[in-house]
Amino acid sequence: MSRLDINKTYKLYIGGKFPRTESGRYYAVNNSKGNLIANMCLASRKDFRNAVVVARKAQPAWAGMTALNKGQVLYRIAEMLEGRKEQFIAELIAQGSSTKAAQEEVNSSIDRLVYYAGWSDKYLQFFSTVNPVSSSHFNFSKLEPVGVVSIIAPENNSLLGLVSMIAPAIVGGNTVIVLASESKPLTAISLAEVLNSSDVPGGVVNILTGNKDELYSHMASHMDVNSIIYFGNNADYIKSISEFASNNIKRTVFYKNDDLSNDFYESPYAIEKTQELKTTWHPTDI
Amino acid sequence: MHPNLNNLPVYDTTGVNERIAKFCSRSIKKSSKNEGLKLAISMIDLTTLEGKDTKGKVQQLCYKAIHPHDSLKDIPTVAAICVYPSYVGVAKKALEGSKINVASVATAFPSGQSNLEVKLYDTKFALDQGADEIDMVISRGEFLAGNYNFVFDEIATIKEACGETHLKVILETGELDTLDNVRKASEIAMYAGADFIKTSTGKIQPAATLPVTYVMLDAIKDYYLKTGKMIGMKPAGGISTSKIALQYLVMLNEVLGEKWMNNKYFRFGASSLLNDILMQLVKAETGMYQSPYYFSKD
Repeated sequence: MSRLDINKTYKLYIGGKFPRTESGRYYAVNNSKGNLIANMCLASRKDFRNAVVVARKAQPAWAGMTALNKGQVLYRIAEMLEGRKEQFIAELIAQGSSTKAAQEEVNSSIDRLVYYAGWSDKYLQFFSTVNPVSSSHFNFSKLEPVGVVSIIAPENNSLLGLVSMIAPAIVGGNTVIVLASESKPLTAISLAEVLNSSDVPGGVVNILTGNKDELYSHMASHMDVNSIIYFGNNADYIKSISEFASNNIKRTVFYKNDDLSNDFYESPYAIEKTQELKTTWHPTDI
Repeated sequence: MHPNLNNLPVYDTTGVNERIAKFCSRSIKKSSKNEGLKLAISMIDLTTLEGKDTKGKVQQLCYKAIHPHDSLKDIPTVAAICVYPSYVGVAKKALEGSKINVASVATAFPSGQSNLEVKLYDTKFALDQGADEIDMVISRGEFLAGNYNFVFDEIATIKEACGETHLKVILETGELDTLDNVRKASEIAMYAGADFIKTSTGKIQPAATLPVTYVMLDAIKDYYLKTGKMIGMKPAGGISTSKIALQYLVMLNEVLGEKWMNNKYFRFGASSLLNDILMQLVKAETGMYQSPYYFSKD
């Protein structure tokens, strides 16, 4: 007797749990031949709102963890991903990648996580400064995480793109809510399973699958979000995100270059994008 | 009049939960939701009951009560401020000229572990300071030991001391264990002269829950049918979101009806609920989800 197929139910990832969308909606993802590969949750703005609440709650404790500890957690994600390579390669292939491209993408994703894990205890001294001032003050500047970051992930390179957006944001002490690639969302939810078993505290990374048109304005306008990263070239989105973001002076980050092997996506400057510079004047000679 | 405690309805938890689930699944249209949220604000007893309370904290809270969020138009003020007896005078002064009442907890709140003399003095002190409403606690130990007369007499004595002043009786349902006990305690409180029955002090978990409130509303309904007297209801503790507040209002409307849908007969004992409602109202106006960061705490 042949076995029945056991297909995975892809759900959302919010606050370290895997809930279905509160809206009960879903959308079909097909491969290039038009065959159904999975039904995904079609997240609603309320799912996004719920994710912001848990991300906000998780942020202070995550930022308060030592640099060493945060680095270890990122390295742990890479380790877990390494152990589940085959699954990710299979999913990338199902979503249209060639075998070679899929293997390369998984390897680059793992390497990128290790890269940012290494920066965990270094970026602060790299960007922080002691500033010369003419008064009796010891004046210094250091980076602090902006807080809660919403991310609209790349449509292609559904794994490497996701990792390249998430890793620099969280290594800097932020918590994130990511809207995964709409047409290639499988790897995002599988990455959530990796995150969930990698000592990443619940709420630090939250992953939604759904429709960009429906969600992007809420991701840009939510007053409790401190920064928004948009990866893509839609000029209307960029204009509209900028306008919404101005309401609470969100830090906006627009990535237009879709070549993820570009140096920029693997550099400490990507961490700096979601940081605020704080300058302190400390009186001396008194 | 005395309650007949031998002939009370028995509550089946599964049945109550099923009924509650129905209240929680009502779909409420946007305009009704906004009306409901404003009504909820007008029913709040804005509360601070902490050992670390100070004169300044209470004054701030009173200011918040009068000015919930000035950039929003047509927002009602809350019903009352709820404080410890020692801050009644401060609150009274800070609220001068507004229609907001000052409620004071009394009778050795929150445990109620003292003798009647001390409890009476506590109550009288709050009244002397100008309290418009008294929130007393029942002696849960005596209740659980079956000394119902003791509990009844104590409430009746405090009510006598209160005179015309509104008396809310806190059952502390988190310590009563069963829904049947909640019903029993509600009966005792109403017959002993309570104007309001209230779920919790907020110091014990679980505090207010929908099932417990349902049982108390049911008791209020039966009491009304028997005596024609309307008793008020105050769930308190743990009600911190607009969504839950609306669920309570749906339940209130369906169990007791429109006559109870005002702050003369229904209150929320809460501290963080107000800001959550304000955030929802601003969201409805602007279309943008709000952050607690932009709303004054007190």
